[in-house]
Amino acid sequence: MTDYEQHDYDVLIIGAGGAGLRAAIEAEQRGLKVGIVTKSLLGKAHTVMAEGGIAAAMGNVYPEDNWKVHFRDTMRGGKMLNNYRMAELHAKESPERVLELEQWGALFDRTKDGKILQRDFGGHRYARLAHVGDRTGLELIRTLQQKVVSMGTDVFMECKVLQLVHDADGRVAGCVAYWRATGEFVTFRAKAVIVATGGTGRSWMFTTNSWEGTGDGHAMCLWAGAQLIDMECIQFHPTGMVWPLSVRGLLVTESVRGDGGVLRNAEGKRFMFDYVADMFRAETADSEEEADKWYDDHSAGRRPPELLPRDEVARAINTEVKAGRGTAHGGVFLDIASRRSPEFIKRRLPSMYHQFMELAGVDITREPMEIGPTCHYIMGGVKVDADSAATRTAGLFAAGEVAAGLHGANRLGGNSLSDLLVFGRRAGVGAADYIESRQGDSEFDTGEVDRAIHEALDPFERATGENPYDVQHDLQEMMQADVGIIRTASEIDEAIVQLESLSDRVKHLSVKGGRAYNPGWNLATDLPAMLSVCKCVAIGARERKESRGGHTREDFPKADAHYGSINFAHSSDTGTWDGPITTEESPLLAIPDEFRALLEEAT
Amino acid sequence: MTDVTMRIWRGDASGGEFVDYEVAPNEGEVVLDIVHRIQATVAPDLACRWNCKAGKCGSCSAEVNGRPRLMCMTRMQDLPAGPVTLTPMKTFPIIRDLVTDVSFNYVMAEKVPAFLPPPMPEGGYRMFQKDVERGQEFRKCIECFLCQDVCHVIRDHEDNKANYAGPRFFIRYAELEMHPLDTNDRRELVYEEMGLGYCNITKCCTEVCPEHIHITDNAIIPLKERVVDAQFDPVAWLGRKIRRKTKRSAAEGAVQPSP
Repeated sequence: MTDYEQHDYDVLIIGAGGAGLRAAIEAEQRGLKVGIVTKSLLGKAHTVMAEGGIAAAMGNVYPEDNWKVHFRDTMRGGKMLNNYRMAELHAKESPERVLELEQWGALFDRTKDGKILQRDFGGHRYARLAHVGDRTGLELIRTLQQKVVSMGTDVFMECKVLQLVHDADGRVAGCVAYWRATGEFVTFRAKAVIVATGGTGRSWMFTTNSWEGTGDGHAMCLWAGAQLIDMECIQFHPTGMVWPLSVRGLLVTESVRGDGGVLRNAEGKRFMFDYVADMFRAETADSEEEADKWYDDHSAGRRPPELLPRDEVARAINTEVKAGRGTAHGGVFLDIASRRSPEFIKRRLPSMYHQFMELAGVDITREPMEIGPTCHYIMGGVKVDADSAATRTAGLFAAGEVAAGLHGANRLGGNSLSDLLVFGRRAGVGAADYIESRQGDSEFDTGEVDRAIHEALDPFERATGENPYDVQHDLQEMMQADVGIIRTASEIDEAIVQLESLSDRVKHLSVKGGRAYNPGWNLATDLPAMLSVCKCVAIGARERKESRGGHTREDFPKADAHYGSINFAHSSDTGTWDGPITTEESPLLAIPDEFRALLEEAT
Repeated sequence: MTDVTMRIWRGDASGGEFVDYEVAPNEGEVVLDIVHRIQATVAPDLACRWNCKAGKCGSCSAEVNGRPRLMCMTRMQDLPAGPVTLTPMKTFPIIRDLVTDVSFNYVMAEKVPAFLPPPMPEGGYRMFQKDVERGQEFRKCIECFLCQDVCHVIRDHEDNKANYAGPRFFIRYAELEMHPLDTNDRRELVYEEMGLGYCNITKCCTEVCPEHIHITDNAIIPLKERVVDAQFDPVAWLGRKIRRKTKRSAAEGAVQPSP
């Protein structure tokens, strides 16, 4: 048995992004002993990169906005694959969650009468996103971070969790981790664990995700007995940078389009008018003239097609480039320079101005940006109860990007930050309620701990073998090519074969150097999770023989009613990263008639 | 671009040395791209902290040719010809290679007395854009700690660290001081215990800030003026007694942030 440090908590939260921090605040307020484990420094989580805003039907700009419209927009944007109860709770509770942030020190941009200003975004009928310029994620994480620090919550930084640990009754009872700085192991025992680890975009070549997005939480929940659903639904954000190559994939906020930016192909044509799906035709402008009136007054015209949901826009860009109407670097143009004044652009989009100026040498107040789709977000994730964020495994809760249901097959911009706040809080409540009714002491399964440690140290035992960076690179290249924005059966089948051979390579990883702050080793410990998660993505993509939201099949280009009524749910047979995965159809939560009526309401 | 020699400091708390790596940068690449390529090819254990690679998280701070910079926002083509030296931030203890122990900053964050607003009225607080803008400038801070790294008060005098919050936290105190809703008074604390007086306005912090925050002009100098008003001017002292009463009565009406 290996020696390791041990800590005890009521609630242990894995992940210190928006969802994890919001959960921590709630659990602290219930008087529980709370610990937060994060694999980065506090305040660096991926939430910090969110730009556009927090969607909440506060009605500050358009008083006619309300939760029912937000609910409808979210469900339609998600192509009705959503868990309706999550969409309901989210739409009802997000305004309160935003106002709460101002009680903790946040400073949002204001309307003329001093309320929180709200901006337009794709798929939202009204200007709905509370924001601070184009750095809303930073404001959100800093506010929550400062609140957590003021409460005295214990935060364990640069500590990477390997896997969850059960007690003798099969309940989740904590986790095993290591300190990045020293490579020493540590265990955390807890009565309840909330997983809030974000996404898994790092498995694709061109992504907006930081190194952290390796699907750790998806994988550890799968291994611990929870189910993953909708894993095939991956959001490719329409606007990522494409040049220079070193920044390819970097996010260009949707606010550029919300604030008046338009998409043009290399021939100068504003092409989105050619890509309006039937579902959105009634509410979308059919001429440039009509679309341009809308920005100032939403009753003067219908929405510009640039503000269709992200899946629609990403597919359109992809089609334009494939048809040979793309830019020299394989993207299209995003133009705000010809439509708004330099002062307006610098005030509304300061980070974008600096990002292009400093990384590409492009002045976005004078020239158009070159952009293309980039892997951004996974709608799929851990299956949870809408109200409590509980998984089917006792003691295990999940919230934020790692959880699934709210966004269905496609997430609307702005709905992620509100998701973190609404369901982060609900996970805190859910865990606290669970602890109150929970009985008996938990015996930590030290066998699980020892196995995890042994597996983590394995790559040091091999003098020669696979370089973890090579394996990661090949995985990214393969997922980009075979399970990317447009999919087809033969490529997905090839991906599944490739994933098996990549798994074999992971079993032969070799790591150089010591355990102290060794990024090669750190990556070696990420790879099993990446492989597990990618397998679920590929299986889901193979099984869903239709096109819907963030899942587009060239061989099944239409949506299909049967697939619209089910999720594919994956579970691990053995609880190990390389073990078999069982996939089954799981019916969607039935939508009661009064909610169905909201969805069908005319625009 | 032709081959460049990257001269990277490698070692830990017990010592270290420069190791040279020859690399050929591609168009548009930043220093962090080069570090990643070295990791992926010849030195997988080269320690470097990073997250977003987009200048938004403030993780990849280091010293490029002796200047505190974000590695992700420093383009290779903008550096002068010749070898590029890459060293960890000098002000903080070494963990390994380019990674330093920045916990000093998290300790200082814990010492900041919490934001304390009056109770929220129905429908939320009303604030005006011009009143929130001053604070918003400081809230752009990505906590890269380059300002802390360059500040000679702690860069050259380790023993000052116990009594000096540093520029990052002076803008935090300034932000709270200028927050339209806050009712806490931190002026005595920032002068007596946080070492505001040690800063002699050399503006090194402002120069290295990747967010272009006017740390000295907009935060430190106004903060110093407010503290001086509070500390030394008898008329202002009297005014402060009265003002504080107002602040205190507002605070008494406020809901204490829980727990």
